[in-house]
Amino acid sequence: MPRPIPVPDELSKPFWDACNERRLVVQNCTACNRMQYPPEKTCLGCGSGKSLAWREVSGRGRVDDYVVVHDSRLRLWQAEQPYNVALIALEEDPGVLFLSNLPGIPVDQVPVGASVQADFEEVTPGQLLLEWRVVSQPQRPAQRKR
Amino acid sequence: MVTQKGVAAKLYRSKDGLGVWEHRGKVAAVSYGYSPCDRRWDENLEHSLGAYSMIAAKKALEEAGIRLDQVDGVVSAPGPIGEPWAPRPYFAPPYDSEDGISLVTAEWLIKNMGLKNVRFANSEASRGHGQVLGMASQAIGEGLCHTCLVLFPFGNLAGRYSQAGSNARETATGNGQWSMPWGWGAAGAGFAYGFNQYCRKYGVNHDMMAPFVVNLRRNGRMNPMGYYAQHPEEPLTVEDYLASRWVVKPLCLHDADRPVNAAVCFLLTTADRAKDMKLPPVYVLNHNNNNFEARGLTHTAEEMGQFGDIHARRMYEGSGLTPSEVDIFNPYDGFTLFTQYYLDAFGWHGVKKGEALHFYQGDIRVEGPHPFLSSGGNNGTGRTRAAIFTDCIEQLQGRAGPRQVHIKAETAIAGCTMPHTCAWMAFGKYPD
Ligand SMILES: [Zn+2]
Repeated sequence: MPRPIPVPDELSKPFWDACNERRLVVQNCTACNRMQYPPEKTCLGCGSGKSLAWREVSGRGRVDDYVVVHDSRLRLWQAEQPYNVALIALEEDPGVLFLSNLPGIPVDQVPVGASVQADFEEVTPGQLLLEWRVVSQPQRPAQRKR
Repeated sequence: MVTQKGVAAKLYRSKDGLGVWEHRGKVAAVSYGYSPCDRRWDENLEHSLGAYSMIAAKKALEEAGIRLDQVDGVVSAPGPIGEPWAPRPYFAPPYDSEDGISLVTAEWLIKNMGLKNVRFANSEASRGHGQVLGMASQAIGEGLCHTCLVLFPFGNLAGRYSQAGSNARETATGNGQWSMPWGWGAAGAGFAYGFNQYCRKYGVNHDMMAPFVVNLRRNGRMNPMGYYAQHPEEPLTVEDYLASRWVVKPLCLHDADRPVNAAVCFLLTTADRAKDMKLPPVYVLNHNNNNFEARGLTHTAEEMGQFGDIHARRMYEGSGLTPSEVDIFNPYDGFTLFTQYYLDAFGWHGVKKGEALHFYQGDIRVEGPHPFLSSGGNNGTGRTRAAIFTDCIEQLQGRAGPRQVHIKAETAIAGCTMPHTCAWMAFGKYPD
């Protein structure tokens, strides 16, 4: 499946390099002890521009919620419609969210609350992309109405 | 007279603790005018956004009984909203640039209407349709001008929004590298996600939105400035809504407002001058322009609820109104899936946190006891972002026609756009 290929820049290169080593890193502010993703030039918590360091995290998370895209503005994705996009909350700090298509999960059957583990998929030769894999279903499946 | 950069930021009210607005009741909205509301520009220059802006401005002046030479302020939220006209070739002046076609600045309006006495002009709020009313109110309060046109041009050219440019590329750069690889790129996706969280938290569901959206369209059909009044279709039914196609589930087509090509223009002035105009003044009681950052990739329901609380707190503080004193309430509904944050936060008609969708199941018709969004909103009138404000003025002047509410209409609050970036106005039939 062709996806838009991320183009690392000065700010994001450490993140994408870590993906290529199958490691998940996020920015962490040493001044206010706050994690941040996506990366920014300054800490959005305390405003510090000099206290941001990359920190490796567990890669464990939970499916926070999801949508099903039926009418994407992204040309490469239009052939895949409909498709899931889930928001993943990081175990260390559920305020840190990641996007995922949860490979293997049928459309609109995303197990909200399920435990997930970071995984890495080749999006183009030489670049791995962060993805997430469901490792255990939620204890009480969430009831979904239309 | 041209925009001086950085002026707008000094005119906004964007903080807690500012107290009652210092110019409360000293500034008034008197009239507004509107152009035809077309689905798209048909490439006839007589139907251009610039031409429509002049039609709207002239009507606003006529309704108030004001001459061109009396206007000394012009503020526009120029756009562009959709795609630019370029790279297609431009036309003879005044259509020799984007200005007048895909956007309309205050400067364009001043020049093409021949306004000679303007001493305050501002086009800084590119998409700030709520912001410009507050900016003009503050400018009048501070004496930067006394009779001000406030323009809402809203362009829509052929084709769909946002399908070209970076969205059509095979690479994801800049902010796009954090969203595009996972297909995060549908209109309103973040609000759809937040809506799912909201539903899970409060035990409500998307079907419960149907009576709200149906009522918005009903109100909109009674609002002559709007798309659905000018281009009548079969009325939207609950069944239509429930059968609507998904854009990004749980956001369906009918949860999104319809892009249009139209202009609306307001006339604001001092309370003193308003007394001599042809329509009764509607006094400005407060304005706010609040912007917030999400912690992460998108706004969560929890964050949007918190933003709503801040909007409400600041508007109540500055206007001196309490929730039970607000008669007309027109919060933004450009995506209907975020309007509940406003209703929950402002507590209009006793709504408490998580109760908005239950409130939608009650009698929210204009004839009824809880005439919510009596304007028809954006959803019911098309994407001009203006009806929420024009309705406040009309309801308080008692000339909303078939939409005139049956409850008391002496105060009003309206604001747009989205929970993380919303600018508000409070109006009163009386200055104090
Ligand atoms: Zn910090």
